[in-house]
Amino acid sequence: MNGHSFTNHKAGSVVIALVAAVTVLVPLCNAVFPDGSALHFSAYTVSLLGKYMTFALLGLTLDLVWGYCGILALGHGAFFALGGYAIGMYLMRQIGNRGVYGDPVLPDFMVFLNWKELPWYWLGFDQFWFASLMVLIVPGSLAFVFGWLAFRSRVTGVYLSIITQALTYALMLAFFRNEMGFGGNNGLTDFKSILGFTIQSEAVRLALLMISGLSLIGAFLLSRWIIKTKLGRVVTAVRDQESRVRFLGYRVEMFKLWLFVFAAMLAGLAGALYVPQVGIINPSEFSPLNSLEIVVWVALGGRGTLYGAIVGAVLVNYGKTVLTGLLPEIWLFTLGAAFVLVTMFLPRGLVGLLVRDGKES
Amino acid sequence: MKANSMVCSYLWLSVLLLVLSVPCMAQGNAVEAAVSELASERTESRVDPLPASFAEALTRLLRGNIKEREQIVEHLSTTGHPRAQVVLEALLNGELFELKADGRPVIGAENQGGYAISDALTGDALGYVGRGDIAKINLTNSLRVTLRKAIGRLQLRSGDAASRLAAVNAMITSADDKTLELLRTFEATERDERVLAAMRLIFALHDLRSDHKSVRLNALDTLKEYNSLEVYNRLSVLVDRDDDGHFVEPDADVRKKAKSVLVKIDARRQFYSAVETVFFGLSLGAVLVLAAIGLAITFGVMGVINMAHGELMMLGAYTTYVMQQIMPEYLGLSVLLAIPAAFVISAAVGIAIERGIICFLYGRPLETLLATFGVSLFLQQTVRSIFSPLNRSVTTPEWMSGSWQINDFLSLTWNRFYILLFCLLVFTVLLQILKRTRLGLEVRAVAQNRNMAKAMGIPTARVDALTFGLGSGIAGVAGVALSQITNVGPNLGQSYIVDSFMVVVFGGVGNLWGTLVAGFSLGIVNKMLEPHAGAVLAKILVLVFIILFIQKRPRGLFPQKGRATEA
Repeated sequence: MNGHSFTNHKAGSVVIALVAAVTVLVPLCNAVFPDGSALHFSAYTVSLLGKYMTFALLGLTLDLVWGYCGILALGHGAFFALGGYAIGMYLMRQIGNRGVYGDPVLPDFMVFLNWKELPWYWLGFDQFWFASLMVLIVPGSLAFVFGWLAFRSRVTGVYLSIITQALTYALMLAFFRNEMGFGGNNGLTDFKSILGFTIQSEAVRLALLMISGLSLIGAFLLSRWIIKTKLGRVVTAVRDQESRVRFLGYRVEMFKLWLFVFAAMLAGLAGALYVPQVGIINPSEFSPLNSLEIVVWVALGGRGTLYGAIVGAVLVNYGKTVLTGLLPEIWLFTLGAAFVLVTMFLPRGLVGLLVRDGKES
Repeated sequence: MKANSMVCSYLWLSVLLLVLSVPCMAQGNAVEAAVSELASERTESRVDPLPASFAEALTRLLRGNIKEREQIVEHLSTTGHPRAQVVLEALLNGELFELKADGRPVIGAENQGGYAISDALTGDALGYVGRGDIAKINLTNSLRVTLRKAIGRLQLRSGDAASRLAAVNAMITSADDKTLELLRTFEATERDERVLAAMRLIFALHDLRSDHKSVRLNALDTLKEYNSLEVYNRLSVLVDRDDDGHFVEPDADVRKKAKSVLVKIDARRQFYSAVETVFFGLSLGAVLVLAAIGLAITFGVMGVINMAHGELMMLGAYTTYVMQQIMPEYLGLSVLLAIPAAFVISAAVGIAIERGIICFLYGRPLETLLATFGVSLFLQQTVRSIFSPLNRSVTTPEWMSGSWQINDFLSLTWNRFYILLFCLLVFTVLLQILKRTRLGLEVRAVAQNRNMAKAMGIPTARVDALTFGLGSGIAGVAGVALSQITNVGPNLGQSYIVDSFMVVVFGGVGNLWGTLVAGFSLGIVNKMLEPHAGAVLAKILVLVFIILFIQKRPRGLFPQKGRATEA
């Protein structure tokens, strides 16, 4: 066990060092080399890298609940999307009177729907600190309520997977409704500025990339620390033998719940970093397919390793970027085949090929 | 000459008066308008005498102006010629043409770019002609109104009680004095109870306008038995005040009675609308049950969730589409043949999935879920590559389209009705397979205790494969049913997969009755919420309800008993 955690530890450090390198070098290159130079990263590349960072963070949080706690959450994308919506609401309020209708308070879609005043749940989102808080609190509370209900009544296995999927599906349907006040199927978009800076500017893009990178590194180190603590060890034990841990006197549901809430909050953070970089959030982020894709990242990279999720998220999304550009028809074939082959032949994912360890499922 | 034409004109004056009065009779005083209009009309157009024969009438129908056509239509409806109704219906449907070669009136049915024509006079087939060989007879709205009434009158003479009933029902909203007179003559000879009832409804509605209080009260007595929207609307107007604040019905007694009749009709209306809601709920439930029942078997027996289940349904729906492409002439038969075809295809794919993938993942349900999801993506993209990403339309056979109009307040669509029947049939067959066959026995044994079954010599691997094939085949059959009510596209499966999971989880795994009860109750609850909350919100509420329900009953409504469930 020690030897394995050492090699995994080492591999994890390598991966996180790479992330740190990107986080530091990309802004550095862009500061040193002038526009047009080969080492000057384009706005597209910077945003793409930043997007991969947020996906890696999202994958990491799913690995926490799936790889360490054995909860195959098929609705993890919901927390990501909720975080995205929270920051999206702030960005909508930042537009102010620069919208198409020029209303100083109401976002365009509300003017379009003929609403006269801001719904109560939009209040406060003009403040960045409030929105940032909500990015963590909203997904966290949802995970708390849902997890509390589910874990307390010992819903496990495929049942749990299915109701998490139902959760994100229900949220998707809800956010598609115009009456919800989140822009219906267009979602929130057309953002202009963040904290007063133009959102399209290079400096903001680089800053977002750096923040995403730092968040990923921070989340990785924090998660690695957590799984070494008592919480992490009990949770891992729950994954392997839930009944036995319960009989030993641990309150299994509490351990699961805290890990689930922690992961949901980090997923919300990932969503909040994702939205300013892509410039849109809409209900399709809630779709069950999106949540399943997160599962592929983790499965492909190798679950229960944390860094495997990062590797998987970046690889799959890079593949998606390349393939959907070149051969759109091939993408679903590839993804489908990846699902089947990885589950059948690589139960420990790609990193399982490289990192040798003891018998671990 | 001049005197002669004067006589003719006067003779025609009376005919025209009748003709023109028909469309405007709904407003009683429109007759005067018609007369004055007629007076100006007289000087402009001369009117020819009545046609001597059916053939002449048809020729004039082709060549005449609008006014003349209306006369001929009126005339045809009184001749009682056996071809009159066919010709008038063809005219109304835009299928009456003039053959350019010899000016003969023909009825043409569009067929692959050209027209299959038949002689309007005799009905003899005249072969195919191109679009340019015939000239269409154009209609105006007023001519359409005249036509419908003329056809209605002809239908009253029909030997078939159903078409007489349809004719009378069509007259309810537009009955005028002339129609009433006509109806009264037919009433004397009418033997069919339902046609008579419809006639009495028209009379009673007419009596409501009577000047005598007793007649109006009697009419209300008759009307209270009818489930008719027209009656309801008429009475609602009657008890209301008009724009000047006066009651439409001056007499308080009549108003009181009308109100009590309204209450009675309203109660029945609510009853029927409840029946309708339950029916729609059951039909939605039937779709859910069809989608979920195959899943319930595989989940119950093997403990694996087949995420490709929706795509197996999609394959069934595409099978229906392909069958219709193969035999476009026999739409109804192709749908029936699609049922076994879809079963075989989906079952084959299902067995391939089980043998190729799932059997290697035995005992790892979550991994199975992921692998089958990969398969579902694969199948979706395959279908998208073969059939294009666009939706394909499957034609509903005639016997399944339209609706069963029970009364004004209750009509059930045939396709939903058949799907409900089909669902119950599939359910019964499946239940019998599980209860009475050797395979069913083995399936139940494996579901209850896999190891014990193995010890007793049951080939569990074979049972797994066959169970999966059975569940998948039923998914294919469900796809055939779905193709009749929704678009056939690559995403068809995805839109049902979450719902069918919900049904299985709600009903309890491995319990067919649970699936049936869960599907129907979710369907009914959904449809009951819909009018109040809207379709999407109703669905969300149902999902939230299930999520909460699972907390209370983690194993569903009817939990499976046995040790295997603890695994």
